[in-house]
Amino acid sequence: MTTDIIRLTAAETAAKIASGELTAVEVTEAHLARIEAVDEKVHAFLHVDREGALAQARAVDAKRAAGEPLGPLAGVPLALKDIFTTEGVPTTVGSKILEGWIPPYDATVTKRLKDADVVILGKTNMDEFAMGSSTENSAYGPTGNPWDLTRIPGGSGGGSAAALASYQAPLAIGTDTGGSIRQPAAVTATVGVKPTYGGVSRYGMVAFSSSLDQGGPCARTVLDAALLHEVIAGHDPMDSTSVDVPVPPVVEAARNGSVAGLRVGVIKEFGGEGFQAGVVQRFNESVEMLRELGAEVVELSCPSFTYALAAYYLIAPSECSSNLARFDAMRYGLRVGDDGSHSAEEVTALTREAGFGPEVKRRVILGTYALSSGYYDAYYGSAQKVRTLISRDFERAFESVDVIVSPTTPTTAFPIGERVDDPLAMYLADLCTIPVNLAGNAAMSLPCGLAPEDGLPVGLQIIAPALKDDRLYRVGAAVEAAFVTKWGHPLLEEAPQL
Amino acid sequence: MTVTDLLPYEDALATYDPVMGLEVHVELGTRTKMFCGCSTELGAAPNSQTCPTCLGLPGSLPVVNATGVESAIKIGLALNCEIAEWCRFARKNYFYPDMPKNFQTSQYDEPIAFNGYLDVQLEDGEVFRVQIERAHMEEDTGKSTHVGGATGRIHGATYSLLDYNRAGIPLIEIVTKPIEGAGDRAPEVARAYVAELRELIKALGVSEARMEMGQMRCDVNLSLRPRGEQKFGTRSETKNVNSLRSVERAARYEIQRHAAVLSTGGTIVQETRHFHEEDGSTTSGRIKEEAEDYRYFPEPDLVPVAPPRDWVEELRSGLPELPRLRRERLKTDWGISDHEMQSVLNAGALDLIVATIDAGADGAAARKWWMGELARHANESGVELPAVPITPVQVARVSALVAAGDLNDKLARQVIEGVLAGEGDPDQVVDRRGLKVVSDDSALGAAVDQAIADNAAIAEKIRGGNLAAAGALIGAVMKLTRGQADAKRVRELVLEKLGVQG
Ligand SMILES: [Zn+2]
Repeated sequence: MTTDIIRLTAAETAAKIASGELTAVEVTEAHLARIEAVDEKVHAFLHVDREGALAQARAVDAKRAAGEPLGPLAGVPLALKDIFTTEGVPTTVGSKILEGWIPPYDATVTKRLKDADVVILGKTNMDEFAMGSSTENSAYGPTGNPWDLTRIPGGSGGGSAAALASYQAPLAIGTDTGGSIRQPAAVTATVGVKPTYGGVSRYGMVAFSSSLDQGGPCARTVLDAALLHEVIAGHDPMDSTSVDVPVPPVVEAARNGSVAGLRVGVIKEFGGEGFQAGVVQRFNESVEMLRELGAEVVELSCPSFTYALAAYYLIAPSECSSNLARFDAMRYGLRVGDDGSHSAEEVTALTREAGFGPEVKRRVILGTYALSSGYYDAYYGSAQKVRTLISRDFERAFESVDVIVSPTTPTTAFPIGERVDDPLAMYLADLCTIPVNLAGNAAMSLPCGLAPEDGLPVGLQIIAPALKDDRLYRVGAAVEAAFVTKWGHPLLEEAPQL
Repeated sequence: MTVTDLLPYEDALATYDPVMGLEVHVELGTRTKMFCGCSTELGAAPNSQTCPTCLGLPGSLPVVNATGVESAIKIGLALNCEIAEWCRFARKNYFYPDMPKNFQTSQYDEPIAFNGYLDVQLEDGEVFRVQIERAHMEEDTGKSTHVGGATGRIHGATYSLLDYNRAGIPLIEIVTKPIEGAGDRAPEVARAYVAELRELIKALGVSEARMEMGQMRCDVNLSLRPRGEQKFGTRSETKNVNSLRSVERAARYEIQRHAAVLSTGGTIVQETRHFHEEDGSTTSGRIKEEAEDYRYFPEPDLVPVAPPRDWVEELRSGLPELPRLRRERLKTDWGISDHEMQSVLNAGALDLIVATIDAGADGAAARKWWMGELARHANESGVELPAVPITPVQVARVSALVAAGDLNDKLARQVIEGVLAGEGDPDQVVDRRGLKVVSDDSALGAAVDQAIADNAAIAEKIRGGNLAAAGALIGAVMKLTRGQADAKRVRELVLEKLGVQG
């Protein structure tokens, strides 16, 4: 029974709770049991809020018993990335510097999930402050990829993706600054969406790089992602950068997948050296399938994308150097050296020395340097110009195509430890995802097969213009349906049993 | 502490030409903070007016206070500035425990208002134009109290207390262009500028601008150059000079100190300096050897501010009469001299007098009370005139009672005294102290009879036609009635009873 419950999609689970076939408590208990059974191996969760989750589930069952209307995801369990504040529940952002901090407030996303009666099981592991592509930068140890526990689950949202892929939760929330939702989705054969910048409130989402960060839905199916998208998206007066327009009709699009007559762009710059042969093969097959489904495939060039990685590694560190300045041991979190023999300034320095990991320090130093007077124009200023050029390349591309597709990431999941000492190799994992963040567009990653050489999942990235998030779901649903028909089952079913 | 050499002021000015820059921070009187919904009320328990945003908690985000932007635009317009069509906030990055995010949300190269001027009038009536570089929006920091240690500064303190109630209160920073050509009047210009700015801010209704409450704070930047030289000298920045008098004294002190250093072949160190109220001196603060690098960059958490032109014009047309023009108009209306007007201004009585007139008093009476009796009272009790415990409405009531003949001057003074002593409104004081003028004949008649009987010799003189002697009898009646008699009626009765024609 338990095995069946945890393998249901979120949409199925919600339907069974609504019909009374399952109670929310049963569903929650099944997932808590699954966490208990496998998470020691996977390490997707940093904190499991057993009591909170059961209380929420009981409330859903009570609502149903009272005949109150239930939302489309009421009672469905979710794994929340530990970057969103949760009132009364620890929030660490994967960092020692926030160890033990209990936020006094809920992020807007947290609040919307609670309001929709989504059951929050706990907080998932991540690269410290979302800086990384492997979850190895978590101060609390790495997460294993359920496909091969010796390999990375992607990052920074590796915990959320691994929770989905190991059936510990049917839904998860991630954040995507340069690919942190899409790249983990790709390497775990799950679905992850980075909404249009401003589509989902950033209030209560601990900032890494404010102009790039975007929260989004993670799930095992396109429809589940859409249902979750609709719950968390929408204008929030607490976030000035939140867009005040209606949420695109993502659920409707996910229920009506189609690519017939659609113009699909393939970008020359997303390929070539550094791309694994099996990844390229599966991507090409996906393009072929789109053509067979009735799409028109157009080859495009976006020359400025060559500079995207360089621009990103100036903008993101610059913003993070400022965003992370508040961690000074004065008001919350870790405090080191407060023994009466150190000044306030020294306590701040000692705390930051002890509390931040090497990747965070690397980026804070990089960003501090890039913003210094005398260097600002050459670094931060130039990066902003590149950003404008990338946006223009996208705009030009979207004049001739409706969506763009690419491999989500150049390689499949690499072994834990392989790239930790080579930051540049690590940064390449986000080659295809970063331009989207720089331009503020929407993008999705969904499974498109296993690479023949290593049997590991490959992700297909779909990119849509800003505010056209529904296109992702329309195309994604069509591709997903075609693949499932071709494979005879969802790809994730081929993952080894844990 | 080393003794600082000062050159006599006149000697300093004989050789050197001062150049000033004034940076004034004004706390806006908005109901809520600049980037969150917390109250800005003063005097609340420490840290009771805070939220995730103004505490800089992880995940929190700012939202711009529209009233703050409106106030900034009003100030810019009143200072004859151009208003930006599009501008952004910027982060000013530096570490300090009372700054929750360790960056201040401010504006950098895109201020909301720029390129303006303010005409200020000096004591002798001369008008000096101060050019305004910019006015920009930012947020205040929290407040640190350093406990232990001799100086009250962080160095040497055993611990520090932090109150974030002030963190995030909207500030407008108004920066002048270098003020040149003021010569020996530079300190006076500095004072007059800050005074005029304060009046302007108050007239706009955007802040109470009370310097003693820290709602308005001034930094005085000053440098000297040899007379005839064009190039500016090295400047010192005297921080947080918090009264008009102090602004003048700080400028004067720095002129004398710079001159002493320069005239002995020394060089001025670019540094911040602390001003000391007690003796008007300044002492060295932080030396800016390497100019602090604030790593400004556009605030990514806020969208640009782009005030529509028609809104700006609407605000412009709604601006109140500017203080200097208003003063000119009132001076003419009241028919008083420059000198009298200056006394009114120096006493801080202008708005009180206007309010008293608005409450029905005539101008002369309103000026007489505020500049006389009440100014004296303020002086004696060591408070500013507006703090004297009587309202313009109460003063107007007293003056109405006098005009109606219910009080004479002497009684009116007693009523004022009663109000100041907390005995209630003028009418209550009149009732409780029984201070009505007595003009009814039966009551007065007895007193007049008594006075005639008591002063037979004087009465005889009057009967003999010496009308000048009547004053003595009137005085006697006043004494008998404890000053409450209507003097005019007493005189009539005296003459009538003694059978003489007035
Ligand atoms: Zn607040």
